[in-house]
Amino acid sequence: MADKDLLAGDLGETRQFATFHVGDLFFGIEAIRVQEVIRHQEMTPIPLAPPAIQGLINLRGQIVTAVDTRRMLALPPPAVGKRPMNIIIKAEDGAVSLLVDEIGDVLEVPLNSFAPVPDNVPAPQRDLVAGVYKLRHQLMLALDSERLLENACH
Amino acid sequence: MDLDEEVREFLIECNENLANLDREVVLLEQRPKDAKLIASVFRTFHTIKGTCGFFGFSILGAVTHIAENILDQVRSSQRELTPELTSLILQTVDAIKALLSEIESEGCEGKNEYHDLRKRLTDAFQYATTAPDAQSACAEPEPSVKSPAEPVAELPPQMQQAPVAEPPAVAATAPMKEVEASVPSDEAGSQKHSVVLDSTIRVDVGLLDKLMNLVGELVLARNQLLQGTSGQDGVLIRTVQRLNVITSELQEGVLKTRMQPIGVVWNKLPRVIRDLAAECGKKINIEMEGAETELDKTIIEAIKDPLTHIVRNSCDHGVEMPEVRLGKGKPAEGLVLLRAFHEGGHVNIEISDDGGGLNPEKLKARAIQKGLIRSEQAAMMTEREAVHLVFMPGFSTAEQVTKISGRGVGMDVVKTNIQKIGGIVDIFNRPGAAGSTVKIKIPLTLAIIPGLIIKAHAGGAGEMAGEEHRFVIPQANLIELVRLDREEDRKQIEYVNGIPVYRRRGQLLPLTYLNSVLGMDDCIFPSSDAVNIVVLQAEDRPFGLVVDGIFDTQEIVVKPLGKRLKGLSSYLGATIMGDGRVALILDVPGLARLAGIVSQARDAKRHEASTADTCPEVRQTFLIFRAGSFQRLAVPLALVSRLEQFPRKTVELASGQPVLHYRERILPLLYLSKLLDPGSESGGAGSETIQIIVFDEGTRRVGIVVDQIVDIVEEAVTFTQSSTHVGLLGSAVIGGTITDLIDLHMLLREVSGSGSLTYDLEANALNTLLIVDESPLEATMLRGYLEMCGYAIADAGCLKDALEFLHAFPRTDLVIASLSLRTQIGPDLLAAVRATPALRHIPVLAITRDQATASRGQHLDGELHFDGLEDADDRAQLLQTIRQLLRVRREPVTAVGAGHGR
Repeated sequence: MADKDLLAGDLGETRQFATFHVGDLFFGIEAIRVQEVIRHQEMTPIPLAPPAIQGLINLRGQIVTAVDTRRMLALPPPAVGKRPMNIIIKAEDGAVSLLVDEIGDVLEVPLNSFAPVPDNVPAPQRDLVAGVYKLRHQLMLALDSERLLENACH
Repeated sequence: MDLDEEVREFLIECNENLANLDREVVLLEQRPKDAKLIASVFRTFHTIKGTCGFFGFSILGAVTHIAENILDQVRSSQRELTPELTSLILQTVDAIKALLSEIESEGCEGKNEYHDLRKRLTDAFQYATTAPDAQSACAEPEPSVKSPAEPVAELPPQMQQAPVAEPPAVAATAPMKEVEASVPSDEAGSQKHSVVLDSTIRVDVGLLDKLMNLVGELVLARNQLLQGTSGQDGVLIRTVQRLNVITSELQEGVLKTRMQPIGVVWNKLPRVIRDLAAECGKKINIEMEGAETELDKTIIEAIKDPLTHIVRNSCDHGVEMPEVRLGKGKPAEGLVLLRAFHEGGHVNIEISDDGGGLNPEKLKARAIQKGLIRSEQAAMMTEREAVHLVFMPGFSTAEQVTKISGRGVGMDVVKTNIQKIGGIVDIFNRPGAAGSTVKIKIPLTLAIIPGLIIKAHAGGAGEMAGEEHRFVIPQANLIELVRLDREEDRKQIEYVNGIPVYRRRGQLLPLTYLNSVLGMDDCIFPSSDAVNIVVLQAEDRPFGLVVDGIFDTQEIVVKPLGKRLKGLSSYLGATIMGDGRVALILDVPGLARLAGIVSQARDAKRHEASTADTCPEVRQTFLIFRAGSFQRLAVPLALVSRLEQFPRKTVELASGQPVLHYRERILPLLYLSKLLDPGSESGGAGSETIQIIVFDEGTRRVGIVVDQIVDIVEEAVTFTQSSTHVGLLGSAVIGGTITDLIDLHMLLREVSGSGSLTYDLEANALNTLLIVDESPLEATMLRGYLEMCGYAIADAGCLKDALEFLHAFPRTDLVIASLSLRTQIGPDLLAAVRATPALRHIPVLAITRDQATASRGQHLDGELHFDGLEDADDRAQLLQTIRQLLRVRREPVTAVGAGHGR
């Protein structure tokens, strides 16, 4: 208890975020929701599936749906030959993979640095971002993963 | 409730013993002199009593104790086992079950001390002991009744009497033992005392599932290793091959641990039948064949309730009262026969009774009374269709709602439950009024299925262009594989109205191209390479799926797709292939629907858990006729007002058009053959009379001259394709033959002069109606009908099109949305229209083609409701509602005004 108070005196309450890059955007997702991060996996496309569902991957015998995060954010497809990474997140009905460009560090983010989404963020992105954390060097967009998964299926 | 491990063990063991007891006591009633049976029943009671004494369950101990004493008298031939006594013992079994479940949930025996039962048991016991020839030695008084806390004190003498191990009895039930031993189940029905006790162990099913998964993974790793080591040196190859064999055996072994004999479920049925028979005053025997047939545990669980229900039905509705049976020359005792056997990867279960069978007339009357079918439909039903009525939701045949059956949960629930596990259920009247048989066909296991691996190329310019994709087709749907190598073979693919069909042993097989159904390639025409056709069974209709390559068959582990992909009807699930990549498993019925092979009307039926035979609402009656070179044309009979025959010479000309004086009015005529093949002569030109189909829509009517009326066929349309031929809507397989449907509204337009019905949305002359229906055929039929009634019609096949239209023409007067179980298009459209201020005022009328969707249309979420809900086939009523809605709308519209733009 005492330790926590000491820490709080410094930063206020903090939370761990797993960070990643999609295009020029820097995102964070609560580390507690992330199951694991894996490198590029071979993917099986699903004909007729919603466009944002890029395919299925085999995660140690478990079949995981991969969501094209770029498409969800209305970003152009990645450069040819660039293989996305998988952030496996825990969803209500099993694991789902978010395909992202690069994986960043896990950051301890002070909750009091939170701010609502700035108005100049484009609409498709604003819809998927819960808010912004003002870190020392940059802004981290907090990804609303529930929303993302929900939207991906339409 | 947490229980001691030991108490839990005790409960499991007791439950197993009890499952056996029910069966044995019933058997004992039939064979009261069977010493082995008596001994076995006695021993079971004895074991329960002994163990519960150990745990201090005094009520349970007391009840079993007295029953055991009575059985002891029977065993030592001091008394006869009367039916009353059997009932008493069975009641004791029930009391034991109740007590055990109380212990399981609460951890103690609860408040009911069963004084009444104990008193009756004691009375029965003492009655025998006071009987003249009773042996006083055995007539132990019952201190345990008065002091239930100490039944244990009674134990030692009983223990000595008990023949703990009696080999013959054990041997009699031996076949089940080895499987059951490893599977904990409260239904397990074999004895495990003495002999096998040490060789078995109880395993949690969850652990078995986990093992299954791991073995699946091991199989994959092995496959990868096999592929990676091909071409390696000898030692590694040998090791890998050994690993291969061991893995296969391991997989088989683990699968087996999940298998249980069907007898596990059947065991409780004799008791069910006995109780039912006693209650209805009938005499019924049960016979079982193939009780050792094994099934996956999950499937065993799933069929438990359906089976019990069917057996109950057989007893309650099937087998007649003894007097009736004797009157018919049958033995007074009825028979219910259960059979189970393996057949081609499936397990067949048949439940037959030798009762009166199903009375089609009664069933029809019942269905009409319940409002499930209309009397005209009933009149047209075959016996088989009538028998299938029992599967309709809300159907129950018992004349009175008895305690036993007829509580509303009927055969429809049975059917749904069996379909859920991939099974089929059917019911037959046995020939010669010898009762009825219910046949169930279910897969052996749900987890692993044999599948055919095929490939499809992605063409076009999409993201997947140029790639090759593997898919799995469940073997269960597979009929045969056809490969057309040579040029002349490929010529056997013909085009009927643009649809490729293959002449397969004289029958036309509609073809569909996998890559085009799945949207991977736009081109559906075969390349110059060999054509691979996978002939598949979709519901009851075969179709050919053209694929780009066929690999081999494999046992695959079915894994579900996440909830996110549930909406895709084309896939059953996914599996992991030998190379670790994921492959999608195709859902054949879903694919057939996507390809339009099976119409959506049938689709809706499938989802409402009945088949074409049982659900006459969705069937349509067609008038089949021919004209000119078209040998088989059809029009829905509902649109036809009369069929007439007139002498050719009565035809006159009015302003250049052939007409006829018909019922004091002038009927314009249209020679169909001339319209369909211009330039040809009418085939019936030489005959003296002309055949006319009269279509009459109040002010507008036309007589269509055809060559010959061929037939009237009632059928659910199963295959539709739109046509570009003038005067034709498209074709369908009707009566097993490809038939062209005529485009009635186009013909009508032809007669009433060009432009009179072509609508201009900007002109205010007509009310504009938007039909939203995913089935193009149904939409066109309705469109034709409504246009004849003077409305301007637009149609849309999907939500997006519909909304686009409405936004473009917010003056649309009415939206007619078709409800289907498969999609949410109706409710979604309603929600979208109501949510848009500019469209909110437009009334939305829902139409349905069956009961199930009708109820769905009535129960929408939240505040939403349709402005009307009509049966699509009841055209007159539909028209009336449309008129009403348009009238009502006219008034508020001027008030709402805004956005309406009028």
